[in-house]
Amino acid sequence: MHLDPYVESVLIFTGINVVMAISLYLPVSAGLLSLGQGGFMAIGAFASAYLTTALATPFAPALLAGGALAGLVGLLVGFPALRIKGIYLIILTMGFGEIVRVLFLNLEPTGGASGLSGIAPHTTLPVVAAAAGLALAFCWQLRDSRIGWALNAVREDELAAETVGINLTRTKLSVFSLGAFIAGIGGGLYAHFTMFIDPAQFGFQRSAEIFIMVLLGGMGNFLGAALGAVVFTLLPELLRGLQDWRMTFFGTALVVMMIVRPWGLIGARR
Amino acid sequence: MSGEPLLEGRALHKVFGGYSAIVDVSIAVRRGSIHALIGPNGAGKTTLFNVITGVLPPTRGAVLVKGEDVTGARPDRITRLGVVRTFQSVRLFSSMTAHENVRVGRHCRSRGGFASALLRVPFRASAAEAAAHKRADELLAQVGLQGKQNVRAGDLALADQRRLEIARALASDPELLLLDEPVAGMTPVEVQESGRLLRALRDRGITILLTEHHMSLVMEISDTVSVLNFGCKIAEGTPAEVRSNRQVLEAYLGTGEVV
Repeated sequence: MHLDPYVESVLIFTGINVVMAISLYLPVSAGLLSLGQGGFMAIGAFASAYLTTALATPFAPALLAGGALAGLVGLLVGFPALRIKGIYLIILTMGFGEIVRVLFLNLEPTGGASGLSGIAPHTTLPVVAAAAGLALAFCWQLRDSRIGWALNAVREDELAAETVGINLTRTKLSVFSLGAFIAGIGGGLYAHFTMFIDPAQFGFQRSAEIFIMVLLGGMGNFLGAALGAVVFTLLPELLRGLQDWRMTFFGTALVVMMIVRPWGLIGARR
Repeated sequence: MSGEPLLEGRALHKVFGGYSAIVDVSIAVRRGSIHALIGPNGAGKTTLFNVITGVLPPTRGAVLVKGEDVTGARPDRITRLGVVRTFQSVRLFSSMTAHENVRVGRHCRSRGGFASALLRVPFRASAAEAAAHKRADELLAQVGLQGKQNVRAGDLALADQRRLEIARALASDPELLLLDEPVAGMTPVEVQESGRLLRALRDRGITILLTEHHMSLVMEISDTVSVLNFGCKIAEGTPAEVRSNRQVLEAYLGTGEVV
C-alpha cells in the first residue's frame, strides 16, 4: 500500500500529537495543569536522538530511555510542584519548560542552538499508531480502575481524597511523572520523524499547543483530549485553501468553541 | 469496659499565630461508645478533629490510635488505621455519583496502581471490583440512600449529602468514625433518623466521636460527653452529669450576675 507522503506525514503528526495530548491529559485528570509538556518532549527528543546518532543505540531502547529520563525529571519537578495548584502550577511548569529550552540551547553534545541533525527516520506510521494506541488503551484501562478513581478524587477535593485514604503525594507524583514519560516518548517519536531537532521547536509555543489540544477536546475525558489533538492537527491542513487567512480562521474557531462549548468537544459539562 | 482507649489525645495544644485554638486538651474515646464533643461556636471542636485526623499537626501533645503514636501523621495513614472523619461543610466528590463516592471510599481497603490498571481485563469487573460494587450498594442502603446510587453527589439534598459522607467513610471499614456536626441543617425528622443510624452503627461495633450543637440528640445517644470552651476542656461525663455541671451552664448561658 502506498500512501501519499503528504497524507502520511499529516497522519504521523496527528499520532504524535495524540501522544502529547495524553501526556497532558493524565496529570490534568488529577487536577495538575501543566504548560511545560514541551520541556519533557524536548528531553525525550534530545536524549533518544543523541542515543541513536552519537551512540548508535537501536531505536526502541533509545525511545524508552528518552521517555524514562523525561519521567525521572518529571518526578524531580513534581516534588516542589505538588505543593502548589492551579494557576501557580501552570507558571511553575512554564518556567520549567523555559529552563529545559535554555539548557539545550547551551548543551554542546546535542548541538546547542544549531540542534541535532541526521537523525534516522525510524518513526513510521505503524510505530506512531502503536504508540498512540497504547497510550489510549492505557487511559481506557485506567478509566474504571482503583487508581483512575483516585485521580478523579484528587482532582475533585484533595482533603476529602486524603480522608478516604489516598496518598496524595504518591498519587500526584506518579501521574505527573507518567505524563512526563509519555511526553518524552512523544518527543522521541517526533525527533525520529523530522530528522532534525533544535531547542526552538520545544519552546512555550509547543507547550501551549499541547494545552490547547486538551482544552479543545475536553479535559474530563481522554477521548476528548485525543480528538482535540486530531482536530488541532487536521483542521489547519484542511484549511490550506484559505491560504493567508488559515490561522486567523483557526484562531476564530477556537474562540467560538470556547464560547459555545467551554467544556470541550467531548466531555461532561461541569 | 476496660482496656486501652481506641483513640487518645494527650495534652493537645494548637496555636494559630498568637491564638490558642485548643489548650491542653486530653481526651480518651472508649471502644464501642458514642462520645460527643460539645461547646459553643469557636470552642475548638473542629480544630481538635483536624488535629486528631492529621489535617493539622498539633503544636504540642500526642495523638494515639490503638496505643500507636500517630501525632502529625498524614490523614491517609490515620484512615488506614481505621479512623475516618466527615466534615462540617460536607466534602464529597461532587461530580461523581453517590455510588462512585462510596467506591472511592473503599480505596484504602483495596489494592492496585497503574500497572494493575494496565493489566485489567477490559469490559469486565474483577471479583474484587464486583465485591466493591455490592458493598457500595449495601452501604448506601444502610444510610438510607437506596435508589439514589446514580445521582451526582453535588445534586443531592444536604441531608442526603451528609448521609452519603457517612456511607463513604463506612466504606473504609472504620473502627472509629469522627462526625463533625452530622445533623447540622437537618429537619427534626431527619435528625431522628440520623440518631437511629448512629446508634445502629455503634451496636455494630463502630465507635463514634461526634461534635454537635443539637443538644437533645447529643443527650439522647451519647455515652460520654466532653465539653470544650475557649479551647479548654471544662467538663466530661455522662449526659446527666454534664447537664447539671455549673461550668457548662455558664459556658452556654452566661453567669447569673447582672453586669
